[in-house]
Amino acid sequence: MELAAMTDSAVTEHHSTSPLRQLATTHGLRVAGARPSLLAYARQLWGYRHFIGAYANAKLVASFSTARLGQLWQILTPLTNAAVYYLIFGVILNTRGQVDNFIAYLCTGLFVFTFTQGVVQQGTQSISGSLGLIRALHFPRACLPIAVMLTQFQTLVAAIVVLIGIVLVSGEPITVEWLLLVPTLFLQSVFNTGLALAMARLGAKLTDVKQVIPFVMRTWMYGSGVLYSVENFEKHLPAGVAVLVEANPLLIYIELARHSLMESAPLASPVPQLWLLAVGWALLVGFAGFLFFWRGEREYGRG
Amino acid sequence: MAESAPHHACPPASTCVPTVIVDDVHVVYRVHGSGGGATSPVAALRRILTGTRAPTIREVHAVKGVSFVAHEGEAIGIIGSNGSGKSTLLRTIAGLLPPNRGAVYTKGQPSLLGVNAALLSDLSGERNALLGCLAMGMSRAEARRLVPEIIEYSGINERGDFGSLPMRTYSSGMAARLRFAIASAKSHEVLLIDEALATGDAKFRRRSEERIRKMREAAGTVFLVSHQNSTIRDTCERTIWLEAGLIRMDGSTDEVVGAYEQFTRGG
Repeated sequence: MELAAMTDSAVTEHHSTSPLRQLATTHGLRVAGARPSLLAYARQLWGYRHFIGAYANAKLVASFSTARLGQLWQILTPLTNAAVYYLIFGVILNTRGQVDNFIAYLCTGLFVFTFTQGVVQQGTQSISGSLGLIRALHFPRACLPIAVMLTQFQTLVAAIVVLIGIVLVSGEPITVEWLLLVPTLFLQSVFNTGLALAMARLGAKLTDVKQVIPFVMRTWMYGSGVLYSVENFEKHLPAGVAVLVEANPLLIYIELARHSLMESAPLASPVPQLWLLAVGWALLVGFAGFLFFWRGEREYGRG
Repeated sequence: MAESAPHHACPPASTCVPTVIVDDVHVVYRVHGSGGGATSPVAALRRILTGTRAPTIREVHAVKGVSFVAHEGEAIGIIGSNGSGKSTLLRTIAGLLPPNRGAVYTKGQPSLLGVNAALLSDLSGERNALLGCLAMGMSRAEARRLVPEIIEYSGINERGDFGSLPMRTYSSGMAARLRFAIASAKSHEVLLIDEALATGDAKFRRRSEERIRKMREAAGTVFLVSHQNSTIRDTCERTIWLEAGLIRMDGSTDEVVGAYEQFTRGG
């Protein structure tokens, strides 16, 4: 039991005079499961890109394989989701009066938010839920959270198809600005990848994180102006907190998506500022998440 | 502890080049959720905030200081009663389970082949074979080329077209055969086999033993964990006997398996 104190990091560099260690050095043997440098790790990941793609695809197929309607759920889930929120917030609580085209406003926010929500939820379990695979095969562990991101991205693409249908039916014209949805979702994907990597390591170390995630995501959703106009929300907040809400990365991605799809979406910040923050968040979280995950690479087998 | 020169350091058949060096390895498992305990979201939040450890976490010291050297062309059997740390040791050699103390040095990347190598049970055998190949680092073209061979070798299609059915419909023997077929599709410098052959039928066992022999000829080292002493006798000339996380005996198969049999008979 006294070993518990030296668990995580104390590994190879003990008694360097060990004759076995010298034998290993003489014959050029390497430490099993040693962590590669950051650059080498990125290169390894690139080498495994086909595995990541195939695994993401396989996960998506597997998640619908026991349902009778199969892949149709990719369309049905976002539709049902939108219908429920529209009924409760739009009709019963009547928040739709604050926004011109409430149904398009709601669905854009909801689908963009669901993308990140799915990544966080699945990402948290991407290591702890695949211990069998991790203990059986050797591959860069970052493959798993990145595959989670890709699976959720595919779900998002299906949701976007539904969204475009809803937006058109609700009376928005098709404009060139719609193309801005592509860089918006790309930046959000980079942001989400970093988030998935970070959550994967947290979820692998602290199994308790999984229990807290639903609360965190619920709070984040309320602070991202998904279900009601952000202007209305900010009116009730002190100035300091309102600044925080404006810098909220999810609010930024949602607003950019609304700005590109809708003619007159109410925005909390000017558009250039939104783009600047969107790029900043993607780079920061994308890199930090990767770095954070890489630092734990050796520990992931240990349950 | 470190026996740098075991009495059989250089078996005559080998070229005397070490492929695996295990140097005073300790492995401690941390087990979550043992026994009841509060797992409510509020309790979890409090634990995260205060940084205390859940009362439900216990530690299991599975391997307690194991050292040995394996050479090119050797097939080494690992025996011992249930829970003696055999599978844990194999995972550590494979670099999948980091040791808490000590180190494992290997030549190349060892591959572990175990009964609980979890593939995706909702997917077909063919898709699993493809995924497995990609996960071993093959290119897409190579993986595609190998999948029919793997299905053919595993023999899961002998009773109709099982290759396209989800793996959850397979019997445990069929799944084990497929896993062995996938893992052995690639040539490995060090191959670790954990009970994988025990579930196959006699015919498949013969076929897999043949493949293991071929791998050894290709200058690889094979480790085999099995509860079937006959399998160990047939495939390995050296055997390590683990008991309660420590090496009880390390030597020629005849000698060690003989002593082990006497030990188990004695109860």
